[in-house]
Amino acid sequence: MIESILRYEFLQNAFASGLIIGVIAPLLGVFIVVRRLSLIADALSHVTLAGIAGSLYISQSIGALALLNPLYLGIAASVTGSLFIERLRRLYKHYEELAIPIIMSAGLGFGAIFISLAEGFSSDLFSYLFGSVSAVSRQDLWIVVIIAVIVILFLCIFFKELFVLSFDEEYAKASGLPAKWIHVLFMVVTALVIAGSMRIVGILLVSSLMTLPVAAAMRISKSFKQAIFFSITFGELAVIIGLVSAFYLDLAPGGTIVVTSIIILLLTILSKKWTKKGVLSQ
Amino acid sequence: MATPLIKLDNISYQYEQTKALTDINLTIEEGDFLAIIGPNGSGKSTLLKIILGLLKPTKGDVLLFGKPVNQFKEKERIGYVSQKSNAFNTGFPATVEEVVRSGLVKKIGLFHRYPKNVQKEVRQALKSVGMENFANHNIGDLSGGQQQRVFIARALISNPKVLILDEPTVGVDSKNVRSFYLMLTHLNREHKITIVLVTHDVDAVSKSISHVACLNRTIHFHGFKNDMDTMSDEQLEAWYGHAVRKVEHRNEVQV
Ligand SMILES: Nc1ncnc2c1ncn2[C@@H]1O[C@H](COP(=O)(O)OP(=O)(O)OP(=O)(O)O)[C@@H](O)[C@H]1O
Ligand SMILES: [Mg+2]
Repeated sequence: MIESILRYEFLQNAFASGLIIGVIAPLLGVFIVVRRLSLIADALSHVTLAGIAGSLYISQSIGALALLNPLYLGIAASVTGSLFIERLRRLYKHYEELAIPIIMSAGLGFGAIFISLAEGFSSDLFSYLFGSVSAVSRQDLWIVVIIAVIVILFLCIFFKELFVLSFDEEYAKASGLPAKWIHVLFMVVTALVIAGSMRIVGILLVSSLMTLPVAAAMRISKSFKQAIFFSITFGELAVIIGLVSAFYLDLAPGGTIVVTSIIILLLTILSKKWTKKGVLSQ
Repeated sequence: MATPLIKLDNISYQYEQTKALTDINLTIEEGDFLAIIGPNGSGKSTLLKIILGLLKPTKGDVLLFGKPVNQFKEKERIGYVSQKSNAFNTGFPATVEEVVRSGLVKKIGLFHRYPKNVQKEVRQALKSVGMENFANHNIGDLSGGQQQRVFIARALISNPKVLILDEPTVGVDSKNVRSFYLMLTHLNREHKITIVLVTHDVDAVSKSISHVACLNRTIHFHGFKNDMDTMSDEQLEAWYGHAVRKVEHRNEVQV
């Protein structure tokens, strides 16, 4: 395996972006889960699909843009979607979750239109839907690196503030934190991570890399620090096992990564049960 | 006279349906210990939220430390414990220590991490609410009353000049209620912390407080605690909506 990675550039790209995403997706995911925004991540990934499909259609029909990286429009769509969700959540104050189906169906609707407009990019599209080991370009890797830098910077500045905001929003506001701005920035950064992770895990499964490792970590964490540590550990584990098995078995990495995450989640649930039984029998 | 710490000038507040407050004038001076009392729905929590800048009054001005509330930047000088302590996410993966130190978030500011010695400050704050043995417990595993005490510690850790407490002792057992009020009295008298307390336990706090405000959409009485005793039962009934016992602790009050 190591040998193949050293030999093939596409494998280097896939593994390097995978390892980066394995850190930033669950790291941001901790905040997404505790703030009960998991479904928003899903909605955003569907909006990203619209951007990707739109971009594939544009490069197909306009010769000059044939080489346009679909990630750019994907990112643009995702960020726009995140801002729309915020607007909608404010409009429907008492039914905040209504923003999710609205944005999700908008994303899928536009996606379906662009996909049917441009027939014949099914193999490309498949790799965007479920991830790919072979399709990650050097440019994709650089985009992931830039997104990772933005995420780390964002968390360095706002980590404490995000904790307070997630734990107790009213208290955050009463302490004079610019809660609204931190939240909007958070949504934009989330949109970036979703667009960036999509190349590896695929649009349909991207939100699971943000939520499943966190769900497992929350079973066994007492502190926030532990929750972050275990989320990243589980995320990395899922990405590494998922990518290696995808490569050898010639499967879509989105599938193998998510199934690995599910297995980790089941193991944490079971281990909690066993330790509880152990404690009781003592 | 020094500038009042909190000054409400002709405040009214209207929710979509309900007019919660009308023409409130209230001045709180440094060192005051004010109890705000009134029946359910009388606008007590709304009034506190307006003081904190969480709600914008429909009419009138709020001055904190002499500055309009929207220009007042040193929010760490005001500690707040909200009425619904269970407004937070239960099941949130955080320890008591992580929650308490988050009371320093504004003081420390963006970019900076919690300092190394923050643990000491956390212990101190937890000690003052009798929870020093729970620092490493998960916040969700505590009882409602214990959680409430943790939130009080979170408000105390930044050494605020003013403490604003909305029914902080709901769910706290009577022994701890007593020690909690003793602690407030101590903070107020020895550390000169100004306290604004919404409560229904008029009896339990009457020894500690210096001022009372009786609220029911508008302020029916505001003044020295002693002067309230001169109100007739009829007057009290008129604003509270039903009969209440007058508080009789005249001999023990040292204002
Ligand atoms: N978010 C809200 N939206 C609409 N109306 C509200 C809201 N919060 C409070 N009210 C209304 O405003 C009035 C005052 O409410 P408030 O919570 O300030 O009362 P309170 O004195 O704190 O009562 P309690 O003793 O029950 O805590 C009530 O009639 C209530 O119905
Ligand atoms: Mg109230």
